[in-house]
Formats: sequence, structure tokens, C-alpha cells
Amino acid sequence: MGKSLRVAYGESLVKVAEKNDKIVVLDADLAGATMTSIFKAAYPERHFDCGIAEGNMVGIAAGMAASGLIPFVSTFAIFGAGRAFEQIRNSVAYPKLNVKFGLSHSGLSVGEDGGSHQSIEDVALMREMPGMTVFVPCDPTEMEKAVNAALEINGPVYIRTGRPNVDDVTTAETPFIPGKINVMREGTDVCIMANGLMIPKALEAAELLAAEGISAEVANVHTVKPIDEEYCLAAAEKFKVIVTAEEHSIIGGLGSAVAEVIAGKGGAKFDRVGIMDKFGHSGKPDQLFAEYGLTAANIVAKVKAAL
Amino acid sequence: MSYEATTKQLRRDILTMVYNAQSGHPGGSLSCTDILYALYYEKMNIDPKNPNKEDRDRFILSKGHAAPALYAVLANKGYFPKEDLAGFRQMGSHLQGHPDKNKTPGVDMNTGSLGQGISIACGMAIAAKYKKETYQVYTLVGDGEIQEGMVWEAAMAAAHYKLDNFTVILDHNGLQIDGSNDEVMSIGDPVAKFAAFGFQTFKVNGHDVDAVLEALNAPFEPGKPKFICCETHKGQGVSFMTDQAGWHGKAPNTELYEQAMKELEA
Repeated sequence: MGKSLRVAYGESLVKVAEKNDKIVVLDADLAGATMTSIFKAAYPERHFDCGIAEGNMVGIAAGMAASGLIPFVSTFAIFGAGRAFEQIRNSVAYPKLNVKFGLSHSGLSVGEDGGSHQSIEDVALMREMPGMTVFVPCDPTEMEKAVNAALEINGPVYIRTGRPNVDDVTTAETPFIPGKINVMREGTDVCIMANGLMIPKALEAAELLAAEGISAEVANVHTVKPIDEEYCLAAAEKFKVIVTAEEHSIIGGLGSAVAEVIAGKGGAKFDRVGIMDKFGHSGKPDQLFAEYGLTAANIVAKVKAAL
Repeated sequence: MSYEATTKQLRRDILTMVYNAQSGHPGGSLSCTDILYALYYEKMNIDPKNPNKEDRDRFILSKGHAAPALYAVLANKGYFPKEDLAGFRQMGSHLQGHPDKNKTPGVDMNTGSLGQGISIACGMAIAAKYKKETYQVYTLVGDGEIQEGMVWEAAMAAAHYKLDNFTVILDHNGLQIDGSNDEVMSIGDPVAKFAAFGFQTFKVNGHDVDAVLEALNAPFEPGKPKFICCETHKGQGVSFMTDQAGWHGKAPNTELYEQAMKELEA
């Protein structure tokens, strides 16, 4: 297994900070878990622990951004996007401030900590905010690109990171253009639009479908907002079926974003793989993925049911 | 213009804004008028012709609903034309119901959701230290506002980061929307609370500009943020609004507006 998205995030922060002394990092007593500890070791004077007070951490970041710094705010997704939702909304997004959020421990892949800590709604919450860019990287290589891309954007950016180790499915040469889908496998019959940890499942599903004579395209939607409308609309015309796959509630995340674009357009049938409006619970990530249907087999089943 | 004449002018502008809009918050704007006068007319390093100058002192109106007081001060200081005040809270005006830094010159941060301004100001003071800048950061909180837990998160951080460039001012008028602080949620002794959090504290009459200035001018104890409890009256300057919770967020009718303007004649 490769490394986790959170380790890649911490390492990426060190790299970008070398070139830009405006970058500072904030954490809420979770540096050892979000892996901003890697940054703290390299730049102790640029790492600000805010204690277990996430709302205040967001406010401090807003004040820093209004003073010309570029803060990266890190905690668990449930405490950042969840608890501090309104601080992000009113103190960062509304005044259009240049704050980046690298929030970890998203989705069921948190595992053993259970439902209280598994954020299944962060993408929906962040996507709601005018002016917010939302990245859901799929592997360590893509994480580094997302961190760099976030710095090119003068405004708030949400980067979803995660706990488990994952293998790279992209390479340094794979394009990462914010707002543009990255086609990871070309196909002609159906389209699987996925992101994050569901990318390997989508690629596996495409293999299984190919064995049954169904040609599936796999699109990596690393940017949920702004969603690639052009690709979605073309896909709704070109394919018989579109299935989205995400490690997030089916309400408000990637599936919703795609549905909002293609509703009433094109001829493709549409279905979603995601967490079916339920909280998670303790278990190993792969056990939870199996129970909640975050699997290649479930993607295949949804595709075939719609065909 | 004398202090008395200027603050009467500011109060007339506040009431005229709220009367024209038939909405807004007169009570808590009138209670902090003298505090804002002390900051903007006497204390802060600012330049109305260059509102974003790098080394300016920052002021965050954490009790953002007192926007009429801030707008009156900014207009009278020349940040924007005084006639703009007529548009307060109306379509097309840059003067939003609560302050918006991207719309109004001189506004350092969007506020209005209580508890957040003090936290943002704390971040600005940390940033000043990080960047080795010497400007001061001031924030004004309401007494109802300090019921928000986030205020105390910010207070903890201000002491932790030894922000001796940061001043929290409390507009302690004792009243909030649903009644007195003690009826709604007792705030106890805010001076003792901020002292316990590690602040150097002061308690002054918030309508005595000299007393407010004395506290503002007192040197910082090294490594400690400052807290100034300003004892004030909601609706100060207008007899029928004074100490009345009902004038928190209500506009006067024509008769009462004219009476108030008479009371505030220079």
C-alpha cells in the first residue's frame, strides 16, 4: 500500500511553504492525525495550534487571510466542515477570503472511530457555499496537485483528505485541471463518474463490465465544485448510463452535483453509488465499504440495472 | 468640532439612517457611539483617503448590528460621501444591514454573526506578530454577544499567543433583544472573567471619552491582551430609548424621530 492522503497533504504543505512565506498552517490539536505535524516539524513558527476550538480556528484563519497570509486550516472534516460550518460560511466564504481547508478523516474510511467521526456530509456542506472550490483527490499524487492548485485560486478551497493508506492510481504526468474531469479510462457504453477512494473501485468495475462486453468510461471528478458541466452534458448525450460513485452521502455530494447538471438533459439513465442516508459505525474500512455498498460489485449492479 | 458636537452629529446620523430604512439597530449603536469616537477620532492610526494602507490600525465591529454607528463614523471621517448614509439597508447601497468589507471603504471585516469578529480580530493580531508589523487591532463586542462560546475560545487564544497588540472592548449596556443580560443569560462579572483568561483589564464609563482614551492609551503589560469594559446605556442620547431593550432593533416613527433629533440638536 502507498501512503495516506493526509500524509501526502502534510508533505505537500512543506513543499509549497518553501516557496511562499505567506503560507501558515492551523490545526486544532490534531496535527498528529491530520499530518500537519509534518509541516510543524519543518516550520514550527508557521504552525499555529488553536486548541480544541474549531470555530475560533476558522476565525483566526479569516483574520490572517485578511492580513495577507494564506492559511491552511486542518482538522477532521466533521469538526471543520461540520462544527465550524457557519464560521466558514460567514467569516471566510462570505467575505471571499483566501483560506484553504485541508480536512481529514472524511467518509467511512475513518474506520474504528465510528459514526461520530466519519464525515459523510462535508462535500455537501462545502459545496453549498458561493465561491468555494471543492477538491476530492483520489491518491497521494493527486493530493499534491490539489494543494498546488488551491494556491493558484484566490479564494476559499476545500480539500478532502483521508485516513487510510492508498495506492497511487495517477502519475505525476496525469493532468489536474481544477473544474475539468480527468478521464482515466475511455469507454463507449456507460460512464462511471467517481472521485476519492472510489476511483479504484470504479476502475475495477470497468474491468468487470468489460468482461461482460460492456465498455465503461471512468471519469475522475476530482473537482466537485465547480463541476465540469461541459463533460457532464456531453456524457448525458453520449452514454446509455451514468453512475456516480463517492465515499459520501448520496445526498448533496458528487451524485447530486452531476444530477443537478444533467437533469432533463440528454438520454442517459442515471444512478448513484454512495452512503444511502445512513450514519456509519465502527469497523475496518474495507468491511464498512462492503456493508455500505461502496464496491465495484455495487457499481456494476447499478450500471446493469439501468442498462 | 468639539467632541460633544461631533457625537451629537454621529447620533443624529445613526437615527436618520435607521429612520430612513425603517429598520436597523439604534439602541446598541447609540451605546457605542462614544467608544467609536474615541477610536476613530482620537486613537487609531488610520487614513480615510487610503482605507487599506498596510500599517493602519484595524477595527473589527464584532457586534456587527451596530453598523449604523460605524457607518456614521466612517462617513463623517470621509471614507465615503455622507449622502451614502441615506441608502443604508436599501437596494443598491454599499451600506449593508451588517458590515461588508468588500462593499464599504473602511470596513475591515464582514461581521454580524455574533462571536466571530473577536476571533477574526485575534487572527489579525497573530498575523501582525507573525509579520512583525506594529499596528494595533481593536474589536468591539456586545454584552449579549459574549454569551457565544466562541468569544471565550478567542480570549483563550489571545492570551495563549501573548497578543499585547490586541484590545477587546465591551459595550456593556446590560440589555439584549429579549431583555436584560440577567433575564436572558447572566454574564456575571466580565472583567473578572477576562482577567481570569489572562487579559489586562479596565473598567470605565463608556460615555466618558477621556476615560475610554485613558484605558486605550495605557501601556500594555508585556505579553497580555487588553480588555476594556465600557459601562454604557443602550439608546444613550435619546431620552425615550435610554436603557430600553425594546429599542434594540426597532426604527422610530416620524413623531419619535423628530423628538429624538430635537434632543440631539447641537
